[in-house]
Amino acid sequence: MVDVFVGASNAITSLGFSTARHVEQIKANQIGISIYPGGDLYPTPVPLSLVDNRQLLDLFREYLYKTKPDLQLDSFTRSEMLHILSIADVLKSSGVDIIDSRTLIILSTLKGNMDLIEGNKRLPAIEPERVYLWKWGEFLGSFFNASNKPFVVSNACISGALAILIGSRLIKAGRYDHVIAAGGDILTEFAVSGFQSFQSLSPKPCKPFDTARDGLSLGEGCGTIVLSRDHSLCGIPEKIIVAGGCCTNDAHHISGPLRTGESFYVAIRTALREASLDPLDIDYISAHGTGTDYYDETEAKALSWAGLERVPLNSFKGYFGHTLGAAGLIESALAIASMRNNELYRSAGFENPGTSQPINILTDHAVKEVNHCLKTASGFGGCNAAIVFKKI
Amino acid sequence: MMSTKAELICGALRDFNILPSKMDLLITRYMKLQDHRVSLNGNVEYTSEAESVDALFRSVYGYYNIDYPKFFKMDNLCKLAFLSAEILLQDTDFLQKYPGEQIGIILENASSSLEYDRKHQESIRDRNQYFPSPSVFVYTIPNIMVAEIAIRHKVKGENTVFISEQFDPELIYHYVSELFRNQRVSCCLSGWIECYGDHYQSFLFIIEQEDKIKRFKGLQEYVILNTLNMEELYKGKSI
Repeated sequence: MVDVFVGASNAITSLGFSTARHVEQIKANQIGISIYPGGDLYPTPVPLSLVDNRQLLDLFREYLYKTKPDLQLDSFTRSEMLHILSIADVLKSSGVDIIDSRTLIILSTLKGNMDLIEGNKRLPAIEPERVYLWKWGEFLGSFFNASNKPFVVSNACISGALAILIGSRLIKAGRYDHVIAAGGDILTEFAVSGFQSFQSLSPKPCKPFDTARDGLSLGEGCGTIVLSRDHSLCGIPEKIIVAGGCCTNDAHHISGPLRTGESFYVAIRTALREASLDPLDIDYISAHGTGTDYYDETEAKALSWAGLERVPLNSFKGYFGHTLGAAGLIESALAIASMRNNELYRSAGFENPGTSQPINILTDHAVKEVNHCLKTASGFGGCNAAIVFKKI
Repeated sequence: MMSTKAELICGALRDFNILPSKMDLLITRYMKLQDHRVSLNGNVEYTSEAESVDALFRSVYGYYNIDYPKFFKMDNLCKLAFLSAEILLQDTDFLQKYPGEQIGIILENASSSLEYDRKHQESIRDRNQYFPSPSVFVYTIPNIMVAEIAIRHKVKGENTVFISEQFDPELIYHYVSELFRNQRVSCCLSGWIECYGDHYQSFLFIIEQEDKIKRFKGLQEYVILNTLNMEELYKGKSI
């Protein structure tokens, strides 16, 4: 049986441009969601977590100058810059060779170059075809001279978690030795107006699992995690494996969860079984926790049903919002950081229990040995995902 | 593992009658909807003269006597996915043999949900006529087509949409094989559902495991699941 190790990671959100920077900011209780004044992203003010544009351009310009000085800044979209920086950061700290024929890039996104959908924007240096997700993926793959065309997964808000799951499965199947799982979404008026039309955005920074929660906050971001069958190439000393995982569908409604939590529970149970762990073996849960009424309630039910109601849990979305295609990757990167540091981080925005099934939400940072961690995700289209990370 | 054409056992090649080896994955039923024609297991079932994609999908819906009012709310990508699954599964007990949790849906397409992406974008183009609508926005993710099939047929297992330039049988082969090996699925709906503007194409099939099929039905019609066979079925002119 092949073990799939997780290794170096990167996270880019309003809180910074590396996983380590996120941990620092989270430990300092920094919240990256702030009220964005009405303007180019929505007619009225709305809380968002946005990647600092000037810093992004500076870092990308510097990276390009060092690696490909013949290329121009304006031939890259914002999404492509984020993904290139995120992947490059991970390559720097791991030994995985991205041009190796045994390495695959898996990209997760909802909309890729969301800003090209407008079509009326004049971007002469950017081929309009890059609005297609496969073309966006191909562009990113060829930028790094990857041997294999990247796989692109677009499965709503579980896309990031799926990229990890699919990567670990393809390594287990012997098809590849290493996977760079990366993904993310930028924020434009497209997503903001869409989620507003669903009335799913909170007027204040989101409060996952809290009794006063009233919607999610959107966040912009990108995350990358290395997966490899060879621990020595992972770039981290701890041996942490993808021990189990599962994805299910509610078969109930296209835009709302099955409120019994049954399918979500099945995903969690199956992931635990594959990892040969009992619920009480789990030390920590990195929950999906968006801050919406029904989804948080459903997740709490599913976790409680799985016997996990006492396990310390947080949602990172209170810090930098729901990062869509990046969520599963960024939040897994931070969950893995928790395992490496043996630290648990406060669930930002949470004050008072607000789910019918009690769950153990972290109200403070804590020191705790974390050997087994569960990551959950769910999204539109009734999809649910669960992954178990295990220190060996 | 390369395969020979002789391993493709279906339609005209059925006479080769090579038995699959233990644990082989088989395509036990497949359909295509393209060029205004519907075919099931290689036999053309319906040809339409409809002048638009909308009219075509309505006519297919009518021809198969489908009664599912939610169909008319769907975007064209979901309509195509829904119709494809209906054509494949109508009056059969293919899925009933398996618990919903053990059935997967793994699909691919090229354009994601771009048609409704543009429609949503159009609704917010002008701040004086600003009408973003949840009934449009919900279709701006491609896995809603998975959800529509899942809801209709009570499919509750693994589900993923991959975006690739063309039908990628290798991706399906490796990923679905691993889902079976890992016992994550006992049956999987898989294929290519592409729809953007006037261009549409669907190729959907059922994948089952050889030992399971023997228990439930004879081995008259099957195609061994491999990259070459999927490519053959996808490209096959007559089918």
